[in-house]
Amino acid sequence: MVTNVTNFGRSGLSDWLVQRVSAIILALYTLFIVGYLLLNPGLDYAAWSGLFAQTWMRIFSLLAFVSLSAHAWVGLWTVTTDYLKPTGIRVATQTVIILAIFVFLVWGIQVLWGA
Amino acid sequence: MSNLRSLTFDAIIIGGGGAGLRAALELAKSGKKTAVLSKVFPTRSHTVSAQGGITCAIASADPDDDWRWHMYDTVKGGDYIADQDAAEYMCSEGPKAVFELEHMGLPFSRFDNGRIYQRPFGGQSKNFGEGGQAARTCAAADRTGHALLHTLYQNNLKNNTTFLNEWYAVDLVKNANGDVVGCIAMDIETGEVVHVKSKATVLATGGSGRIYASTTNALINTGDGIGMALRAGFPMQDMEMWQFHPTGIYGAGTLVTEGCRGEGGYLVNKDGERFMERYAPNAKDLAGRDVVARSMVMEILEGRGCGEKGDHVYLKLDHLGEEVLGKRLPGIVELSKTFAHVDPAKEPIPVVPTCHYMMGGVPTNVHGQAIMQDAEGNDRIVGGLFACGEAACVSVHGANRLGGNSLLDLVVFGRAAGMFIEGALNEGIEYLDASESDVESAMQRMNRWNASESGETVPELKRELQDIMQNAFGVFRQEDNMQKGVQQLAELRERIDNAYLPDKSNTFNTARVEALELDNLMEVAEATAIAALERKESRGAHSRYDYPDRDDVNWLKHSMYFPAEKRLGQRDVNFAPKAVDMFEPKVRTY
Amino acid sequence: MSKLQVSLYRYNPETDSAPYMEEFQVDTQGRDLMVLDVLHLVKEQDNGLAYRRSCREGVCGSDGMNMNGKNGLACITPLSEVVKKGKLTLRPLPGLPVIRDLVVDMGLFYKQYERIQPYLQNDQPAPAIERLQSPEERDKLDGLYECILCACCSTACPSFWWNPDKFVGPAGLLQAYRFLADSRDEATRERLSELEDPFSVFRCRGIMNCVAVCPKGLNPTRAIGKIREMLLANAT
Repeated sequence: MVTNVTNFGRSGLSDWLVQRVSAIILALYTLFIVGYLLLNPGLDYAAWSGLFAQTWMRIFSLLAFVSLSAHAWVGLWTVTTDYLKPTGIRVATQTVIILAIFVFLVWGIQVLWGA
Repeated sequence: MSNLRSLTFDAIIIGGGGAGLRAALELAKSGKKTAVLSKVFPTRSHTVSAQGGITCAIASADPDDDWRWHMYDTVKGGDYIADQDAAEYMCSEGPKAVFELEHMGLPFSRFDNGRIYQRPFGGQSKNFGEGGQAARTCAAADRTGHALLHTLYQNNLKNNTTFLNEWYAVDLVKNANGDVVGCIAMDIETGEVVHVKSKATVLATGGSGRIYASTTNALINTGDGIGMALRAGFPMQDMEMWQFHPTGIYGAGTLVTEGCRGEGGYLVNKDGERFMERYAPNAKDLAGRDVVARSMVMEILEGRGCGEKGDHVYLKLDHLGEEVLGKRLPGIVELSKTFAHVDPAKEPIPVVPTCHYMMGGVPTNVHGQAIMQDAEGNDRIVGGLFACGEAACVSVHGANRLGGNSLLDLVVFGRAAGMFIEGALNEGIEYLDASESDVESAMQRMNRWNASESGETVPELKRELQDIMQNAFGVFRQEDNMQKGVQQLAELRERIDNAYLPDKSNTFNTARVEALELDNLMEVAEATAIAALERKESRGAHSRYDYPDRDDVNWLKHSMYFPAEKRLGQRDVNFAPKAVDMFEPKVRTY
Repeated sequence: MSKLQVSLYRYNPETDSAPYMEEFQVDTQGRDLMVLDVLHLVKEQDNGLAYRRSCREGVCGSDGMNMNGKNGLACITPLSEVVKKGKLTLRPLPGLPVIRDLVVDMGLFYKQYERIQPYLQNDQPAPAIERLQSPEERDKLDGLYECILCACCSTACPSFWWNPDKFVGPAGLLQAYRFLADSRDEATRERLSELEDPFSVFRCRGIMNCVAVCPKGLNPTRAIGKIREMLLANAT
């Protein structure tokens, strides 16, 4: 067993599962948004913000944001462990990534629920 | 040379094949300080190439099977110069050793009732030859040797055996009393030469099929143990007895298991005739290997061989169907596609008798202790030296080994040697230390190569040696031809003694290893040649035009080759099994 | 005359400061030799060439190497299968330290194999005969036990290149599954718990290089998938 403390779920299995489940959620969300845009060619601001004013859409979007954050963390963590061999550089990069993800997530929530 | 680093063990096992690993496992469990020294990573040893199976009366295919029947077949197969106490030990202990392998995880094929799958092999009978063909060879498809070797290696890992992998044993170190107290060995990766000190030195170095130009043997089968023992002055037993396997792939020499014929395949000549019906009316294609090989050569010599040159015969398997081939003989399908460019499900495989197994070797008792003779011709144990597996001549195979008996030999006598050494170490063994000059004399050969400045090179000399052996000491032998062969070998020896090693580097110098191997090939070839010339009869695998009959009056004996005088003596065959009546020599028919 | 141009990776740490490629002309006499035969011919020209070989029939796994860009066993690869435009380029297996010429240090590879405890574990007292196993149970080991540890797969795997100390690699994982799939083995839970970290199994990205190069036609990717299924079933 290889010990790790910086990966998402502390276990390869949970990381793997998170990656798959989040990917499905992101795929569904993407399909929904693309489908919505295609079905509403003359989309205006009112309709767009109306969509996001509905609770189910906010929950769906939040789910997608959280999925994106998890997905990004698992994926980028893997990339850093593959390619960044010096520990200092790797930990620093991982820190920057996690901070960025955190900021984007909070910002996203604010955009979604704040208005 | 006192500047050599030394390593000290209770026991050093030279060779990481089936016999060596089985002995090592026994010793590792005992907690003795043991190491396996192998010139290749253990799973690359030649045991890995064994295909058809391990013959043993485990009473799976036939619940009434009896180890005594197996013993009878073995003794008869060996043309009555197998030692009957040893054959008894192997056949009666065999089931225990095979079940142990299964418990270790060996993935045997299975019958519907969950027991180990057994297939018919050559020379097997029920009820002492009276009850028809037996099916006694336990198999893991046609990769039994691979499965066995990997299982043994895995269990050695489990028991923390020490491995000196890719180390090459150069020569034995003897003390002033003539006991073996270790060896000189080289770490191939670094070139470092080390003095290995040990209370027990086990030669598990396998066979030496590379003395022939055409052989089923791996490139590493160069008789290193035999060469070392001969140079140390110890005698070899039955070195004229070389098995030619009936079915080596024509041209390539790779082995096609006897299991093919066990599963129902058979040999045909150019007329499509199943010719073995003529030579062995009862057992047909499942007669002893020596019988089948000779029959094939007769067909070829009488103009019924196949192919443009008429120099091989065909092994027909297509009637077995793709399902049986895929399930029971998948490795053969692969090999024959690769090396014969033939899909056995559609076409027959071109085959020819090919050098396969050395029945002779270091004479030992059932505990693996090496034996020499005193001036009166009585057996004497060599202190500190053991042998098991193909390098040893216990002798369970006599003049001709039965298929599937070599894997059994490995595990039974590897295990026996391990157990005996453990007991001996517990009782305490003390030998005189080797002196500096003892070590120096074991270093001589290595120093000679390292100092060589000019001369012939190894590959051409090796090729010449192989051609001499192939031409003069093949399936059929005769006096004048062998005389010439012995003469040629004597000349070749001088040239080899003056040969040149161009590459003197240290890091993974395979040229140096091949040079050292050539010396061993030379020793084995010469012992084989002189023994073959002197045994004036035909018995088992040793078949002479000029002496076509078995001569029980003069030659119901082991031959003993003494390297110092290059002389052939004799040693009595054991006819005293403990729990059964001995088997009287009879005319051998199948 | 049919000359084959052979380009060989050479490195002897005693004399070379860096590896280089050396060209040889080999006379094949028009025969479709195996790559290993070609190496023998080169070695007759240059005694110092180092490579491993043993069985010369594809069962011992000694002569894994990179032939015209693809890993495989030299002894069972005919020239007709690999030579392009009359040229053969031979390099050592990628990703492992080179000892000399085509000989690599397999230490990391073996270490990963040892790590998965490649031996049957069953603490029940053994019966007087063999442990019974049905043909169907035994069939599950087909495609797994045949591995010859040649390292062609693991050294073709980028995940193994990047993390040879942490990712077990396709060869080791194939063997891990060989014991997980064995009806006689009782250490399933322990074996799985050793494998659930993010590296040992999960560094496999399923690119199937291992399957493409396995000289024995085995499928480590499928075995890895099966291990993942077992981990999932065990943990959910």
